[in-house]
Parts: sequence; C-alpha cells; structure tokens
Amino acid sequence: MRFVLAGQPNSGKSSIFNSVAGYRSATANFPKSSVSFTATKALIAGREIEVVDLPGIYSLTSSKTVSGPAERYLLDESYDLIINVVDASRLGRSLELTLQLLSLGRPMIIALNMMDEARRRGIEIDHESLSRILGVPVVTTVSRLGRGLKRLFRDSLRHATIGEAPAVVPYDLEVEEAIDEIKAMIAEANPIPEIPRRLIAIKMLEGDPHITERVNKHTPGLIDRLPDVARRLEEAHGWSVDQVVSGSRHAVAHSVEDRVVIHKSPREGWRERVDRLLLNQWTGGPLMVLILACFFWVVFGVGKRVEEPLLVAFNWLQGSVADQFTPGSLSATVADGLVMGLAGGVAIVLPYLIPFLIGLAILEDTGYLPRLAYILDSFMHRIGLHGKSVLPLILGYGCSVPAIMSTRILESERDRKITAALTSFIPCSARTVVIFGLVAAFMGPLWALVIYLLNIFVIVILGTVLAKWMDGASPGLVLEIPDLSLPDVKTLIAKTWLALKEFITIAWPLLIASSIVLGILEWADAADSINALLSPLTVWLLGLPVAVGMTLVFGVLRKELTLVMLVQALGTTQVNTVMTTQQLLTFTLFVVFYVPCIATIAVLAKQMGWKGAATISGFTVVVAVIVSVAGRIAYGLFG
Amino acid sequence: MISSGNKWFFLGYDAELGGGGRFSMMTLDTVGIHRQARVIMIDGGQKVRSYLNTLGIHIGDWLTVVQRAPFRGPVLIEIHGTRVALGRGVASKVQVDMDGVVDTLSGRMEAVEAGS
Repeated sequence: MRFVLAGQPNSGKSSIFNSVAGYRSATANFPKSSVSFTATKALIAGREIEVVDLPGIYSLTSSKTVSGPAERYLLDESYDLIINVVDASRLGRSLELTLQLLSLGRPMIIALNMMDEARRRGIEIDHESLSRILGVPVVTTVSRLGRGLKRLFRDSLRHATIGEAPAVVPYDLEVEEAIDEIKAMIAEANPIPEIPRRLIAIKMLEGDPHITERVNKHTPGLIDRLPDVARRLEEAHGWSVDQVVSGSRHAVAHSVEDRVVIHKSPREGWRERVDRLLLNQWTGGPLMVLILACFFWVVFGVGKRVEEPLLVAFNWLQGSVADQFTPGSLSATVADGLVMGLAGGVAIVLPYLIPFLIGLAILEDTGYLPRLAYILDSFMHRIGLHGKSVLPLILGYGCSVPAIMSTRILESERDRKITAALTSFIPCSARTVVIFGLVAAFMGPLWALVIYLLNIFVIVILGTVLAKWMDGASPGLVLEIPDLSLPDVKTLIAKTWLALKEFITIAWPLLIASSIVLGILEWADAADSINALLSPLTVWLLGLPVAVGMTLVFGVLRKELTLVMLVQALGTTQVNTVMTTQQLLTFTLFVVFYVPCIATIAVLAKQMGWKGAATISGFTVVVAVIVSVAGRIAYGLFG
Repeated sequence: MISSGNKWFFLGYDAELGGGGRFSMMTLDTVGIHRQARVIMIDGGQKVRSYLNTLGIHIGDWLTVVQRAPFRGPVLIEIHGTRVALGRGVASKVQVDMDGVVDTLSGRMEAVEAGS
C-alpha cells in the first residue's frame, strides 16, 4: 500500500513524514525546501506501508515554466490514499489546495495540523462538520509534538482499505455549467483515463498547458470548441477565465472556512514581538548585521577553542608515529600521510564545520532565511536579481551543491542561471574551513571578515555584470513569510548529521587517501614535477612556496583538501612557521575563488549544461588570479 | 439592473462613481503601514496573477500592509492570516481600494440585490 503526503509549504508535512521515517528526511522552515520527494517504508498496525512525502505545493495548477514533480506525481502515479496535510491556522487558503485534491477522485484523509498554532491565533475549528462537508475523514494533529499522528495513520489505513472516493464540492453555478459542457465534450472517450473527467474539464478551463496538450493529442478537434465556453464565462464575470475558476475556488474555500471556524481573539506572544523587530524598516537591517556577525564570531570562537588542543595532540601523535618507522622509508611516508589525513579531518575541519552547520540549520529552521530575502530584496534588485536569490546564496555558505540545486525555487531561467553562477563563488563550509584554519587562526578573525566582505564585493560586481549581460528583467519577489519558530533539537541534530555524514563518508576517506597519495608522490619525487609545472602560477604570480602546487590540484576534488594537503606538503601543522602572512592571505584568496569542487561542477553541468559549467569554472580561475594577485599587492603595500 | 445612468462600474474604472474626489484606487506599493486595502485588480500577465492567486491573493480580498522595507524594498502584507512579501514591482501591479468607495462588481450586485 502507498500513502502520499500532500500539502502546502510549511504545513508540517515533513515532520509527519519524519515521525514514521525516523528522521531520514530533513525539514526546513522555508517554502519549497523539499525540492525532490522522499519515500519511506513504515509499519502501521502490522502492515508495511510506503509513505511518500511530496514537495509542498500551493495549488494543483501547474504553470508553464515550473511543471512540478508533486503535481505530476499526484496526477499520474498509482497510490492508495492521499494524506492532505492542512495548516489549521490558515484553513481558508489551505482548503483551496484541498478542493483540488478532492477532484482527483482518489481516497483521501485530512490531517488538520498545527492545531496549537491555530488556537494561539484564536481559531477554533469544528473538524467534524469539516469532515461532513468535504466527505473525507479529518484527524486533528500537532505534528511538531507528535500529537494525533498515531490516530492519523490508523485512520488512514482503515480509510485506504475501504477506498471510498471523496465528495464533490461544487464551484459556483456558471463555472459548474462550463465544467459540465466540457465534460460532455470529452464524454465519448476519456483521453486520460487515470484522471477524472471533471478534473480534466477544470484544468482545461484554467488553460493548464500539460493537460490541454495531452487531450489535444487524443482528440484534436476538442480544443477548438473550448474558447466558446471560456468566452461565455469571461463575459459573465468580466474576468479572464483562469481568474474566474481560481476566484470561484477561493470563494468556496473561504465559505467552507466560515462554516467551520469560530474566531476568538488571538494571543500575541514573544514571536510576534521579535518578528516585528526583525522585519521593521528601521531595526531589521541592523539586526540582520548583528545576527550574521554573531553567527560568524560563535563559529570562529568555538572552532578555535576546539582546534588548538586537538592540533597539539596530533603533533604529538605524528612525532610518536614517525619514531616507529625508519625515516625516509615508504612505510614511514604512508603512516605520516595517514596521520596527517586524520588530523586534517578531526582537528582542522570538524571544529569549524560542526558549529557552522548547526548555525546554518538554526537560521533555516527558525525561518530567518525568508526574512533575509525580504530585507535584502532591494539590495538584490541592484544586482539585477530579487530577494529570493538570497536563499541559494546563503545556503551556498553551507555547501554549493544543494545551494545550486535550490536555485530552482526561482521563477525565471535568467535568475536561475545568474544565481547559480554567483552561488559557486560563495565560500562554502569547506572554503570556510580554509579561511578559518589559515587566515583567522594565524592572522586574526578580522582578516577573515575582510575576506568575506571582499568576496561579497566581488559577487556584487559579477552579479551586476551578468545581469547587464543577460537580457530580461527579474520578475520580482513574491514570497510567503512563515511564522518564526523555535528550532526543534531533534531536527537540528538530524540536519547537521545529514550534512556531516556527507563529509565523514565521502570527503574524509578522500582526504586521507589523498594525503597518503601526496606523501607517496613526494617520496617518489613525482610531486616536484607537478609543482614545477604549476610554479608559474604559484611562485611567479602568487608568490607562494613551490610545494603548494599539488595542494591546489587536490583542492579541485574537495576544497578542504587544500588545507590538509598544505599541512602535508609543508610537513607541519604550524603553517605560519613556513609561510608569511602575505602568503597565507594570497593562498586563501586563491582557494576561495578558484574552480568550485568536482561535485559543484557536476551539479552546475546538470543545471546549465557542460558548456556553462566549463565557462563558469574557467571564469572562476581568472577571477581567483585577479583577486589573489590584487590581495597580494595590496597586503604588500598596506598590510 | 445595475446601471442607473452610470456606465457599468466595472472593476472600479468608473470615474463618475462617488464624484471624483472620493475616488480612491491606488497601487499597493503606495499604501501606508497598518492600512487596510481591498484588491480590485491585478495587472500583469497570467503568470503573476496565478502566482498571487495560489498564495491566496484574489480580487475582492482585504489585506493589511504590515511593513514596508526601506530603499524601495518589498511590501509585507497580511492576508487571510498569512504574511506575504511582495517586491515593489509586483506590488505596483496590484490595484487596491482604501475606503470601500470603489467597489467590485460582485459587491455592487450584492448591494443592489439587497436594496431592491
């Protein structure tokens, strides 16, 4: 049996899913965060059920640009039951989707979620009469606290077994007449058997391009008779037909809401008060700077405090391991590479990575990111984008790969391309580790801040240039601002772990292996020839030690590798004893800007083709050289 | 039925209505903080319209302007218990009515029917 979770963004779908899946899918308090859908097997009353979590959708109407995977799944796939998760505190709007889901004619149950939130807003819902009106069972839940979920799944199982189709909730009279007319036209042979005729009729009225195309393929003559029906509806209402249908659905949804809801006075809590400050036109901006600065200092403070004792321990370990082998032998080199690889992961990367990931998860889960988009919208307009592009860019500070994938929340192709290109320039957590591990650790946190600001400056320039170069205007910001929420510790841990697991299982073994390979290459004197090959760049242009050449090659695999490889290539964790601060700064600048890692190039290629990915990668090297040479000269003059 | 000397007061475009001075249609980006307004028309293509529709913003709906970001930033509105940020460009495409002088067609019809 298969259940499908469908609902609007921020309705608490993912936390219902997680309750049966055991935190394998991470949630985020941001609209459309679950971009691809996840499935899990769950044991309900002794039966194995597959539960599918679809991305949040506001409506079943698919637009021309974004043909949603959720819509397609709901229309085409086979499943036994829809669990429609409804945000009780926004019943009217949520019901608009519910009405569309009902017209799918499949067995359905409603999880009336966030009942605590609704009560806080002074909304009382008579869920029994809601169930009577819609003809489907309604179960009240508070998914955040796990309340009512057991009953939800038990009732779901029972309802799916009976397999009863929901009631038909009619639109207004004229729309119904139009629907009947189209239904009669397609009566002879249903062109798409898995979708009820009524829904096909509604979608054709709304001008859904995908359905219309499929119907047209099946019965070509039908399309010509459609404008007649549409025109009559438009004349009667004075609006375009898509507005008539959606307006009618809106009216039905709100009249259902009026029949089942009793409004009392809402309680104002700390969240509303804090939120007013965060979004206020005078305090919002300064608070944003304060929050991001706090974030930076905490990550640095924690990382630094943990890193130092660990480095001391590993230096001791390195010494004692070296004592076990004959100096200069192959086994000594391999053992040394192994210890260095371990040290790089545990002592240098993790102390900064873990607090950073936790911090980013907190920003996501409190719902602060959409607020950032709101505050920075006018700034983003200046570089030819709009506020929503802030979200991929901020996520880029975590990892470029999911950040570039998240550019698909943007409506226009142009914005997606520009944002993806800019996102690859944002220092991801791997590059952050290099910035913190080299510049902040040996030159002080202020210098690290300078690098971040310089990075933003370069991105602004690039954005302005790209926006001028690519035609078209940004469509503008339309973004729901969800309520602030306290992050749930379990979700935070799950999310941090999910990102960390990626490092531990993929990056770290790569790190250790590369460290050993580099050791062997050095032992066999092969590293010298690669270093010599790169020396025009490293020594002549950037003024770095010749040994760093190899580290930059490894850095293309993972950016953390540059730091660990540097430690290995120079043979000490006290990098500042062999490199001057000017060299550290130049090296870090180059690492921050040059070629994004292999994984990022791959995802860029998926988004915009190999040509685009290659162009961006080549471009990053040019920018990296310019910025780091400029940094070198400037530091030499003023530093 | 509705026209008594007046033209159709269609979507608030009737200038005779209410005698000039009380004509109060404006675009959403010019509405002040904490003011309530009613949507009477959404300009722009079907794409913008249907996107606003899915977020619960329809013709005839009441909304409250909660915040206006500085430097020509977005307008934050509250509608049906949800807060939505609209960029200035989008907000300038939403025509609203502040005092209820200009009414929607359906509202007029209701009023006429109730009166007769």
